[in-house]
Amino acid sequence: MLVVGLTHYLVLSAFLFSLGLYGIVTRKNAIMVLMGIELMLNAANINFVAFSRYGNYGIGGQLAALFVIILAAAEAAIALAIVLNIYKTFANVDVDDINNLKE
Amino acid sequence: MNWYDIIFYLFAALVLVSGFLVVTAKNIVHAAFYLLFTFFGVAGIYALLGADFISIVQIMVYVGGILVLILFGVMLTNKITNVDIRTGTVKVLPAAIVIGIFAGALLALMVKTGWYSNPGQIPETTLPVLGKTLITQYVLIFELLGMLLLVALIGAASIARRDKE
Amino acid sequence: MSEITLVNLSLIILLLPIIGFTVVIFFGKRFFKIFWFEIAMIGIAFVLASIILFVRLTTYVDAAPIVFQFTWINFGNLPLLGHLTIDLGVKIDNMAAIMMVVVTLISFLVHIYSLGYMKGDPRFTRYYSYLGIFSFSMLGIVLTHNLLMMYIFWELVGLSSYLLIGFWYEKKSAADAGKKAFLTNRVGDIGMFLGILILFTNYHTFTFDTIFHSIAGGHLPFDSGAWLTATGILLFMGAVGKSAQFPLHVWLPDAMEGPTPVSALIHAATMVAAGVYMIARIFPMLTADALLVIALVGGFTSFLAATIAITQNDIKKVLAYSTISQLGYMVMAMGVGAYAYGFFHLVTHAWFKALLFLGSGSVIQAMHHEQDIREMGGLRKKLPITYYTFLTATLAISGVPFFSGFLSKDGLLLGTYAFASLTGHVLIPIFGFTVVILTAFYMFRLVIITFHGEPRNIEKYNHAHESPKVMTIPLIVLAVLSFFFWYTGNPFSGESGWFISKWIHTPHSVVPDSLRFNFMRSTAEASAHLENAHEVITHSPMYMEALHHSHYPAMIISILFAGLGILLAYVIYQWKKVDPDKLAERYSWLYKFSLNKWYFDELYQATFVAGTLGLGKVLAWFDTYIVDGIVNGTAWVTRKVSEFSGLFDTYVVDGLVNFTAFFSGFVGLGLKKIQTGRVQTYVVFAVLSILILLLILRPF
Repeated sequence: MLVVGLTHYLVLSAFLFSLGLYGIVTRKNAIMVLMGIELMLNAANINFVAFSRYGNYGIGGQLAALFVIILAAAEAAIALAIVLNIYKTFANVDVDDINNLKE
Repeated sequence: MNWYDIIFYLFAALVLVSGFLVVTAKNIVHAAFYLLFTFFGVAGIYALLGADFISIVQIMVYVGGILVLILFGVMLTNKITNVDIRTGTVKVLPAAIVIGIFAGALLALMVKTGWYSNPGQIPETTLPVLGKTLITQYVLIFELLGMLLLVALIGAASIARRDKE
Repeated sequence: MSEITLVNLSLIILLLPIIGFTVVIFFGKRFFKIFWFEIAMIGIAFVLASIILFVRLTTYVDAAPIVFQFTWINFGNLPLLGHLTIDLGVKIDNMAAIMMVVVTLISFLVHIYSLGYMKGDPRFTRYYSYLGIFSFSMLGIVLTHNLLMMYIFWELVGLSSYLLIGFWYEKKSAADAGKKAFLTNRVGDIGMFLGILILFTNYHTFTFDTIFHSIAGGHLPFDSGAWLTATGILLFMGAVGKSAQFPLHVWLPDAMEGPTPVSALIHAATMVAAGVYMIARIFPMLTADALLVIALVGGFTSFLAATIAITQNDIKKVLAYSTISQLGYMVMAMGVGAYAYGFFHLVTHAWFKALLFLGSGSVIQAMHHEQDIREMGGLRKKLPITYYTFLTATLAISGVPFFSGFLSKDGLLLGTYAFASLTGHVLIPIFGFTVVILTAFYMFRLVIITFHGEPRNIEKYNHAHESPKVMTIPLIVLAVLSFFFWYTGNPFSGESGWFISKWIHTPHSVVPDSLRFNFMRSTAEASAHLENAHEVITHSPMYMEALHHSHYPAMIISILFAGLGILLAYVIYQWKKVDPDKLAERYSWLYKFSLNKWYFDELYQATFVAGTLGLGKVLAWFDTYIVDGIVNGTAWVTRKVSEFSGLFDTYVVDGLVNFTAFFSGFVGLGLKKIQTGRVQTYVVFAVLSILILLLILRPF
C-alpha cells in the first residue's frame, strides 16, 4: 500500500481534480475560476504522464501533457484578455453578475 | 518505504495542501501564490515519473508564464488602493457536498479499476525522443499548435486592446 | 568541385531570384531602394551559374548528367497503382548549365538596362519583383529533371509573362494582350497536360530518365506506338503555345505591349525558348511521325512569320515576328534531328535577339516612345552605340559569317538539307532557305529605315539623344557575345567548334526501331551502352555521311541567300532603285495579306471567338425558351398546388404550430428558473450528470 505505484498517482490527480472543480464552483472571481481550471488541467496532465510511465506506451502520454500545457498557456492568455474586457464593461469580474445573456 | 516513496508523499502533500489553500484562500493574491506551490509540486511529480522535460516545461510555462499572467490579471482588475482584494464565495455547503460525492466516485473509480501496469525502463533523458517524435510523427499537431499560439496571441491582443473612440 | 556542391549551387541559384521577389514585393512600397536587392540577387545568381558552367564544361564535360532527386510525396502502396512516390529533383547536364548562364546573364543585363528604361515608372519596384519571379520560374524549367516540376514552372513563367505583358494595365491594349497571351498558352498547355497524364498513367512517374528507361525497355504507352507518337505531339503542343508556333503564334506580337526590356528577356531570349528546351528534354522519346510533325510546324511557322515581318512598320512587331520565325527554326531543327544545332541556335539567338530588343528599346526611348519606323530615319548619327550594336545583331541574325548566327543557322539548315536528302521531305529545307532571304531582307530593311537615310520626323530627330550608360553597356556586352569566337575557332564551321563537338551531345533515342526514321536506327553496339545514353549519338553513319555531304552546298546556299536578301534590302530602301510603295501597289493583295498577318487574328475572331459567342447565344436561346418554359410550366402547377396547400396550412398546420408554441412557452416558463446565467450552476449540473452516468454504467 505504501509502495508508490500507478494508483497513487491516479488518486493524487483525482484529489487535485476535485479541488479544482471545487474552486470553479465556489469562487465568484473570474480569475479564481481560471485558477481552478489550471488545477484541473494539471490533474489531467499527471494522469497522462503517469500512464505514459506505467503503461509503457512510449512517449505519447508525455507529448499529450506537453500539448495540454501549450493549450493552457493559450487559454490563459485569451481568458485574461476576456476578463480585462469584462472588467472594462462591468467594473468587476464576478462571474455571477455577468449574466446579461440570460434575458 | 524507500526514498522514492518518501519524496512522492512529500510532493503529493505539497500539491494537495497548497491546492486546497488555493481554492479556499480569501485573498486572491494569496491564492495565486499558493498556486505557485501547487505547480512546483506537480513539476516534482512529473520528475518522479521520469518526465524531465515536461517537468521543466511545467515550471517555465506555468510558473514563468501563466502565473505571471494571472497576477497581472489580478492587478489590473482589482483596485489595489481599494483594500478589498478579497473574493467572495457562493453556496459553499451544497457545492462541497456535490463535489465530495464526485470526488468519492472518482476515487473509487481510480482505486478499483485493475489498471494495466508495466513500468518500462526510464530513458536517461526523454528529450531526444520527444524532439524526434515531435517533428516526425506529431509534426502536424506541432505546427497546428504553433498556429494556435499565434492566433491566441493576436486574439488576446485584439480583445484586450482599448477601442479607439 | 564535387557533384553535390554543384547541386547545392544550382539550388541556391534557383532560390535567389524568388528571395529577391519576396523581399521586393513586400517592402518595395515602403523602401524604394530595395530593388537593388533584386539586382544583387540576380547578379550573384549569374556568378554562381558561371561557376557551374565552368566546372561542368571542364571537369564534367563528358560525364553523365548530375541528378539529384528526393521523394516529395510518398503515397505508399496504392490499389491499382502499386507503390507510388512522386520525386522532385534537378538534373544538371551541359545543356542545363549553358541555359542557366543564358537566363541569368540576360536577366541580369535586363535588370541593369531597366534602371534606365523604366526610370520614373510609378511601379518601378513591382517591375523588379516580377522580373525576379520570372527568373525563378525560368531557372526551374531549366533545372528540372521531371515533367511535373517542368509543368509547374511552365505555368509560373506563363503567369510572370502575363503580369509583365499587362504591366501597364491602364492601357487597354496591354491588358488585352496579357489576357490573349495567357489564354492562347492555355490551349497549348492542355495538350502538354494530357501528354503528362498519359505518361504518368503508364509509368507512374514524372521523371524523364525513368520514363525513357521504360520506353527503351519496350514498355510503350498503352502498348502502342501510335500512343507514343500522340504523347510526343501532345507534349509538343505545350511548346507550340509557349514558343509561339503556328497555329498559336498570335499572342507573341501582341505581347510587345509590355515594357521593351521584358520583351527582350521573356518574349525573345528565354521564355519563348522554353518550348524548344522542352522538346530537347523529351527528344529521346519522339517517334518519327512526331518529329515530322514538329519539323513541319517549325518550318511553316518560320516561313509564315518571316513573310509577315517584311511589311510590318512597328519596330517591335518586326522583331516579334522575327522571333517567331527564328523559334520556328529551332523547332524545325529539333524535328529533323539536328538536336545540337537547334539548341545552338537557341543560345546564339538568345544573345542577338535580346540585343535587338534592347537596342530597339534604346531607339524607342530616344524617339519619345515612338515605335513606328516610318517616323524614324538617320538615327545613326544620333545613336552611334545603339546603331553599331544593333547592326552587329542584325548581321548575326542574317547569317553573315564571323557572327554566331551564321554558325547555328548554317548548322540547322545543313540538318534540314541532310534530312531532306534522306527522307525526301524537301519542303522543310525549302522553308528553311527561303527564310534566310526573308530574314536578311527584313532585318536590313529595319536597320536602313531606322538608322540610315534622312530623318523623316525632324522634330523628334532633334530631340533624340544616346541612351545613358546603364542602357548602352548591356548592349555592348550582348554585341560581344554575338561573335563567333565563343563557340568555335573556325568562323565557317560550327561543327568543328567545341560547342557542337564537345559540349552538346544528341541523346540516344529510346523509341523502338520500327518507329524511327531509317537513318536513326540504332546499331546493336549503341543499344548495349544504354546507361551512357547521353554519350551515344542518335544518328547512324548514314546520317553522318549525309550531313557531311550537305556541308558545303548548304553553307554556300545559305551565304548566297543571306547576301541576296541584304542586297535586295539595300536596292529597295538604301539606293531606292525600286519604289517599295509601287511594289506594294502592284502586288497589293500579297502586301495586304502580309501586312494583316495572313488574317490570322481575323480568322480566329471569326471562328473560335465568334463560334464560342454563337454557341453561347444558342445556349441562351435554349435557356430562355425551352428551359425557362419548362420552369414556368412547373411554376404554374406549383402555384395551383400551393393555393390548395395554403388553405390547409392556415387552418390545420398553423393551429398545430400555434399550439406547440403555446406549449413550449408554458414549459419554458418553468425551465427558465434553471437557466440562472451563472457558470457555477452549470458546472454543478455537469458534475451531477457525470455522477448519474457513473451510476448507470457502473464501471466498477
